[in-house]
Amino acid sequence: MESPVEIVQHTTGGMIGASWLMIAFPLLGAAILLVLGRMTNRWGHLLGVAMSLASFVVAVLAFLELIGLPAEQRRQAVHLYEFIPGMVDMGLLVDPLSISFCLLITGVGSLIHIYSIGYMSHDPDRRRFFSYLNLFVSAMLLLVLADNYVGLFIGWEGVGLASYLLIGFWYFKPSAAVAAKKAFVVNRVGDLGLLVGMFVIITTFHTLTFSDLGKAIAANPPSGGAVTAIGLLLLLGACGKSAQLPLQSWLLDAMEGPTPVSALIHAATMVTAGVYLVVRSGAFFFPEGSPQALAVAIVGAATLLAGAIIGTAKDDIKKGLAGSTMSQIGYMMLGAAFGPVGYTFAIGHLITHGFFKADLFLGAGSVMHGMNDEVDMRKYGGLRKAMPITFATFFIGYLAIIGFPMLSGYFTKDGIIETAIEHNQVLGWLAVLGAGVTGFYMSRMVFMTFFGQKRWADDAHPHESPLVMTVPLMVLSLGALVLGAYLVLSNRLYEFLTPAVGAAEEAPHFAFTSVPGLATLALVAIGAAFAWYKYGRAEVPSVQPRGSFLTTFARRDLYGDALNESLFMRPGQWLTRIAVYFDNRGVDGLVNGLAAGIGGSSGRLRRLQTGFARTYALSILFGAALLAGALLLVGNI
Amino acid sequence: MTTHYLILSGLLFAIGAMGVLIRRNAIVVFMCVELMLNACNLAFVTFARQNGNLEGQIIAFFVMVVAAAEVVVGLAIIVTIFRTRRSASVDDANLLKY
Amino acid sequence: MGETITFWVLAVVSVGAALGMVFNRRAVYSALMLGTVMLCLAVLYAVQDAPFLAAVQIIVYTGAVMMLFLFVLMLVGVDSSDSLVETLRGQRFWAAIAGLGFAVLIILAVGNAVFAKEAGLAGALGQAGYIRSLALLLFTKYVFAFEVTSALLITAALGAMVLAHRERLAPKQTQKDLARARFQGEHPSPLPGPGTYARSNAIDMPALLPDGTVAEKSVNRYIARYDVEQGHLPEDPKLADAIKHRAAIESSDEEPA
Repeated sequence: MESPVEIVQHTTGGMIGASWLMIAFPLLGAAILLVLGRMTNRWGHLLGVAMSLASFVVAVLAFLELIGLPAEQRRQAVHLYEFIPGMVDMGLLVDPLSISFCLLITGVGSLIHIYSIGYMSHDPDRRRFFSYLNLFVSAMLLLVLADNYVGLFIGWEGVGLASYLLIGFWYFKPSAAVAAKKAFVVNRVGDLGLLVGMFVIITTFHTLTFSDLGKAIAANPPSGGAVTAIGLLLLLGACGKSAQLPLQSWLLDAMEGPTPVSALIHAATMVTAGVYLVVRSGAFFFPEGSPQALAVAIVGAATLLAGAIIGTAKDDIKKGLAGSTMSQIGYMMLGAAFGPVGYTFAIGHLITHGFFKADLFLGAGSVMHGMNDEVDMRKYGGLRKAMPITFATFFIGYLAIIGFPMLSGYFTKDGIIETAIEHNQVLGWLAVLGAGVTGFYMSRMVFMTFFGQKRWADDAHPHESPLVMTVPLMVLSLGALVLGAYLVLSNRLYEFLTPAVGAAEEAPHFAFTSVPGLATLALVAIGAAFAWYKYGRAEVPSVQPRGSFLTTFARRDLYGDALNESLFMRPGQWLTRIAVYFDNRGVDGLVNGLAAGIGGSSGRLRRLQTGFARTYALSILFGAALLAGALLLVGNI
Repeated sequence: MTTHYLILSGLLFAIGAMGVLIRRNAIVVFMCVELMLNACNLAFVTFARQNGNLEGQIIAFFVMVVAAAEVVVGLAIIVTIFRTRRSASVDDANLLKY
Repeated sequence: MGETITFWVLAVVSVGAALGMVFNRRAVYSALMLGTVMLCLAVLYAVQDAPFLAAVQIIVYTGAVMMLFLFVLMLVGVDSSDSLVETLRGQRFWAAIAGLGFAVLIILAVGNAVFAKEAGLAGALGQAGYIRSLALLLFTKYVFAFEVTSALLITAALGAMVLAHRERLAPKQTQKDLARARFQGEHPSPLPGPGTYARSNAIDMPALLPDGTVAEKSVNRYIARYDVEQGHLPEDPKLADAIKHRAAIESSDEEPA
């Protein structure tokens, strides 16, 4: 495998040299909206959209400039300033990997900005919403563009902050506030892994810059143990941000935020930061066949199944989609464990998923917009006539995610499955199984929402959303239709990414009629048919029926919260209680006991002062007698 | 003979001390203190004779002077207390306590 | 031999008097007992070659100090006697223990001590004589202590005056002030004496008996007659009737003896 990291061009000019503008525009937008506050209420959302679009334009221009260069020059480093003297120079790395992310973030981000104009039009705090969105876009771009781990970490924390602010956007709802806190706390666990990983990197290699790491590794090959440790710590960070097992619990609660947030941050972009981290570090710390790469694969496979199972049981449309997001990111992680070919499909799936999942989420948002913010799918049904555009775009997204042939998901997901089976039979076939479950739960969602009887609430008057919301849906569904084929067929994405992630020994070849592919299709068909049998044909009860043990298991998010509570929260509480008890009784008890003892004995001794002169005189006489006696005893009078 | 005088002195001193402890009337307590001082004087005088010099008598003289001064001040205090409290009992003046 | 007899007699008397002083309830008796003890001690001083001290003992103690004691006793209340009930728990018991213990201790110490033959004062006096020797010692060796003692005595005298002094808070009221206050008040005349039920202390008004009836005889009939003639009758008809009735009575009828 040829290491990609050696080839770095330094540039200051052109659009690539100006790529810092991508970060600066939305940051400026956020600053203006937050600093000027209510003064910008009337035009704040327009500024937010404009800044996001400006970023998108810069990204497109930089992308065009990059593909105009010969392949070996497509890693352009832009030095910005000295950040930590002698240790970290802040700079941007514009290469095929980061520019792909930039296009996804700014492109889908801009669409979601536009969509939010309509979706949030009735919210008095729309301006604040757009300032947070801009802040998020800025931080996310810094995350993917930084040429070192420190810059990446700053962006990483920035998106965490934006995520926290946006989940808790309706902070007056206790559930939203708690969900925001939960996301923040769980992410801290992952961030700790990333941070410690960075510490180990800098003590082992004395650099945190991506382009220097390759040289440092080549010059001074580290022990396997250090690399494994770094890999596992980075994986922990990736798990936190990407809601992978065992840090998955926050993502479902994160759906308390406004739906565009769920689409942008908790489906399309931020939660894929973990995949980005693994792919970006892949050449250094996740070599094929290493134990940490296997760990990535296992985490991915486990999460894709867990997410899919959770998705089958949720009646809340957003939570169902959240489970689906977990599952799809699990696929990406699985792919990211298997070298350059895996990276290609992982990134490909990441991009297509960004489109179709944003499409699905925004579609769900559109449905909720028409249904008085009702999220329970049991209260939907038969909506395809009421909102035809939403239905059409949602249906395209649905076909894309279940891997309907020739749509986006078909190419990228099949690519991941086949790569996985090539490397690891067990995990690969689990991914096939997961695809079948995906077919079931997505079909269930579509049937419950758009088909069957109307189970609407009495005051529901479903209507199609305004154009400002449906146009982004159409654009996204277009991407969901064709993007996969464009990226995967004739290996466009693979060849584009090669300068960034390295080349495989053998270029991937997408096979339409492989055994796993056909098996996947068959399972998806079975899943969809079963969903039709259960939810399309039969009547759906509008109150959640008591499910079997397995259903309850899935409804309770596989008891993830219960596990966290019993494993971490309760022992932590006990620990604090013990500490408090020890502090109260032990430390304070010693101090207070001493004081009380002295105080008590003084209080008793005090009683000797009766105020009667005769008592004092008596003790004086006793003392005198004792003294005289002592003198008689010791002296020779 | 010295021994006899000294034992008499000791007896008087002890009786005076007991009186101080037992009596409550401040004036009587004062008298008992005077008795103790006198007992001391007797011892001084006895020792002066025993040792054959006048120092003991001189000291006894000084004790008398000091006792006279003490009686003057002490009785004035008793009168003042009696004037405010209508009582000459040492047990009644017990406010300075715990 | 003479000294021995003197000692035993005086020892018994002084110890008895001392015990009497401690255990007598009346303070005056205690004072007298103390005087007895002091006189006994004065004699014992004299016996022990200390005539000057004996004289001072009698003059200062028995004379001045005991007078002061008695004087204060008179001031505080001569007939006040102590109650025999002990208020402090265990005080008597422990006082007895301590006193007896102390006495036993001293007796043991003195009894165990071995004294040489008494030196006597003859050697110390020399040719100067008793008083001169004493004065020599007092005004040479102990002159500083002597002067300090004088300062002490002056301080004690001043202290006694300060303690016994009563601060005058308001100017002294003269007879003029008192008279003015009386005439400005409600009763220029003296208030009725205790025990009478009269509402007026004018001499021509009859007194009231305890049951509220009018005592006719309390008014002199000549005055009553004068009042009737002049028309000086009170508004109360009951009193007016009584005065008229009294004026009508002839003097010969029932004049008290």
